[in-house]
Amino acid sequence: MKRLANWRLFSLFAIVALVLSGCGKPYLSTLTPAGEVADIQYDLMGLSTIIMVGVIIVVMLVFVIVFFRFRRKDDRIPKQVEGSHKLEIIWTVIPILLLLVLAVPTVSATFKLADVKTMDDKNSKAVVVNVRSHLYWWDFEYPKQKIVTSQELVVPTDEKVYFSLKSMDVKHSFWIPAVGGKLDTNTDNINKFWLEFDAEKSNEAGNLFYGKCAELCGPSHALMDFKVKAMSKDDFNAWVKDMQSVKAPEKAQTALAQQGQDIFNKSCIGCHAVTPENKMPETARIAPNLSNFGERSRVAGILDHNKEEVKNWIRNPETYKPGNTMTGKYPQMTEDQLNALAEYLMGLKVQD
Amino acid sequence: MSTYAQKKGFGATLWDFLTTVDHKKIAILYLIAGGFFFLIGGIEAVFIRIQLAVPNNDFVSAGAFNEIITMHGTTMIFLAAMPLVFAFMNAVMPLQIGARDVAFPYVNALGFWLFFFGGIFLNLSWFLGGAPDAGWTSYASLAIHSKGHGVDFYVLGLQISGLGTLIGGINFLVTIINMRAPGMTYMRMPLFTWTTFVTSALILFAFPPLTVGLVLMMFDRLFGANFFEVAQGGNTVIWEHLFWIFGHPEVYILILPAFGIFSEIFAMFSRKRLFGYSSMVFATVLIGFLGFMVWAHHMFTTGLGPVANAIFAVATMAIGVPTGIKIFNWLFTMWGGSVKFTTPMHYAFAFIPTFVMGGVTGIMLASAAADYQYHDTYFVVAHFHYVIVGGVVLALLAGTHLYWPKMFGTMLNETMGKITFWTFFIGFHMTFFIQHFLGLWGMPRRVFTYLPGQGFETSNMISSIGAAFMSVGVIVLLINIIVTSVKNVRVGNDPWGDGRTLEWSIPSPPPFYNFKQLPLVRGLDAYWIEKMEGKKEMTPAEPLGDIHMPNSSFLPFTTSLGLFIAAFGAMYHVDDKGWALPVLFIGLLVTFGSMLLRSVKDDHGFHIHKEELMNEDDNKGVKA
Repeated sequence: MKRLANWRLFSLFAIVALVLSGCGKPYLSTLTPAGEVADIQYDLMGLSTIIMVGVIIVVMLVFVIVFFRFRRKDDRIPKQVEGSHKLEIIWTVIPILLLLVLAVPTVSATFKLADVKTMDDKNSKAVVVNVRSHLYWWDFEYPKQKIVTSQELVVPTDEKVYFSLKSMDVKHSFWIPAVGGKLDTNTDNINKFWLEFDAEKSNEAGNLFYGKCAELCGPSHALMDFKVKAMSKDDFNAWVKDMQSVKAPEKAQTALAQQGQDIFNKSCIGCHAVTPENKMPETARIAPNLSNFGERSRVAGILDHNKEEVKNWIRNPETYKPGNTMTGKYPQMTEDQLNALAEYLMGLKVQD
Repeated sequence: MSTYAQKKGFGATLWDFLTTVDHKKIAILYLIAGGFFFLIGGIEAVFIRIQLAVPNNDFVSAGAFNEIITMHGTTMIFLAAMPLVFAFMNAVMPLQIGARDVAFPYVNALGFWLFFFGGIFLNLSWFLGGAPDAGWTSYASLAIHSKGHGVDFYVLGLQISGLGTLIGGINFLVTIINMRAPGMTYMRMPLFTWTTFVTSALILFAFPPLTVGLVLMMFDRLFGANFFEVAQGGNTVIWEHLFWIFGHPEVYILILPAFGIFSEIFAMFSRKRLFGYSSMVFATVLIGFLGFMVWAHHMFTTGLGPVANAIFAVATMAIGVPTGIKIFNWLFTMWGGSVKFTTPMHYAFAFIPTFVMGGVTGIMLASAAADYQYHDTYFVVAHFHYVIVGGVVLALLAGTHLYWPKMFGTMLNETMGKITFWTFFIGFHMTFFIQHFLGLWGMPRRVFTYLPGQGFETSNMISSIGAAFMSVGVIVLLINIIVTSVKNVRVGNDPWGDGRTLEWSIPSPPPFYNFKQLPLVRGLDAYWIEKMEGKKEMTPAEPLGDIHMPNSSFLPFTTSLGLFIAAFGAMYHVDDKGWALPVLFIGLLVTFGSMLLRSVKDDHGFHIHKEELMNEDDNKGVKA
């Protein structure tokens, strides 16, 4: 008897675990919406799922009855029925009504999500981010704040953030699943949309959302991840101030870092900027901006954020992101040089 | 003298198939070639699932993975599903309308060889420096950016095989319009013939946009044009439009014949005429029509704006209505019937819930605002495998079992058929159901790997195990085919015993002229009507007379071979290879030479004389 109870308890836990895991990770899943856009889309998913499950139940009901009642038992020839106008009208009209129930909110949401009038308003204070996608990395420019960062998008919570998207090489697609659906970064034109990051839900997700590239763009398409740091408006403003105050590259703190900075200035600075100011045109920003590299959470968007991985990455980026545009653009580094570079890069911080 | 019934050596048989213009033999060619490419595409699918079974896997490299997914999609759509559909159209449609062959037998053979050489050309890329790697959609910015000759193989291979498909479609249209037997009005045509008809019309209108797109890309990649070079004023979104104006009707080109095959099966094995035949025909035509109005739902995230997205969302939802009509008509065909669960019926029965699943996720995807979340994720992968595998492939497997006796004169083993069904069916749901959730949990499609810690591990493993089950099903089918062919137990006209349409009124396989005398059709399910009146065969509509037949020809083969050779020249011309230009011209010379030869040579075919036909009867004692 006790064993049975245990077994029941276990299965109960299993079901609960399944339901919980059924929604995916809060920093990644579309089923844990963390903002207005994702909420709207989640509601649409829910509505369509309910309608569709209803349809499936009706079909399955007929299906099961047919299976049990009309198997061949003898050699009789059934009555040849041509059809039934009444029935056929029923299963034409009801689907039309069901689709209308779905079509109306779909159209209204489609227009709502595309509403970016605020972006054209010169006096608006709304945060705008120019997203520029490159082969396997992301560039984020804040035109009003005149700062640039890469790989980790920083956004204020509880307000609409507007995005202006374009690709600098091949087509990519900008997607933060937990916060809202994707929009392609075309090579031809600028696409615009908005997202909103919910403060409470961001907290639950650890304030760090996962972003993905959702359009096949070459060998390392799967590794073109980015991260989104959502923070309160005050924190965001403080971060912007810190970024704006960096006019010259951060001074190296240790002798080793100083050595690293020398190497960096010789071999890396041709592509990688270490000041956040958006002085250069977007076409000249050919590699991720590293101004606040020490404060990021991943190396190259995918590797753990520590010195060892920084060294691994510089040693041979090709093994981590095949087809990247960094490989072969700089001389081979010795172990000492790598140590120095890693020390310098990890020390690049803008917030005190 | 009748040579056609004699046993022949291997060489003679091969030559026979290389030169045949008989729709039944061309059907077998399509079946073999399509089946071969289906196995290749299947192996590619297995590689994909092995690579994704565990996170950070290195079974294949990132670059190779992209080649595999590109070739899996391209092969399955263009080189497996399409030709297999064509196999059944060729094998069955002329018989169903009571015709002796298609309208243009020569063109029919040409269509096959073009498809075949295009497919071979495309697959040779594996051995010649790498396969295409820009996805089966080959979006322009990535395709232009792609190094090596992979995408060139895609462009030229699809161009050649696409030509074959296009002329095949035209041929079927002309055949159905002109060659129906006396009494076979449009509204008495079996549903498979109707779907062949609508599909052929779709091919006629859908393939030209693809051809245009491929020509533009060919000029960009091979001859220095800039149609898709944004920096030079080109535009890549145009490619997306051209591709999907073709690509969306293409899914209906595949699914409508599948609907046709299932309609035949439901009616046959329920021993009932198709419920709501007229509305089924109407729904087929409507789906074909609406199929051209919805292409931009593949581009909801391209940034076309809310007006376009809303219009295409509503149009897409509208397709759900005729499809729903069909589902209920099938259910009510079985309702009140006497349903026998043969192997084909297993597939047809299982198709209903499977396809409904694929259909409802289609409606979910149609909801534009929500599609921003689904687009390019595993949710979409799950959806289109539910419609294409759950619809088209189940129909092709069902059709293989159903029409095998008609094509080869012997029945596939039913027990093994059911084993194939169950392993394939269970494996299919195991592989793809879980992928809906992977997509919703944030896994993009076309990723060569995924990092641990994102909650994707277990589900991907389940999916990969499912793929193993599907493979077992296909292997059992192959064993079944071999065993059946070795045993070779001959069957009669109507081996299933429940045949309703004209193809079951003649021997299996039919004589090369199909009908000794064209049959008189007295209503829908013509053969069933005669059977119900106690007759064993159709009433002839004409007296026994001479039959005019076309001669075999090797020219379709050489015409296609020429383009195959020319494609190599065009492709390597880019590398400044000295031999490239001569090869291009030699190839074109072979093609145009063959065409010229065909034009100047008078080929009136031959006649089978009345006396020979009567001798046939006496010799074999078989009534046709």
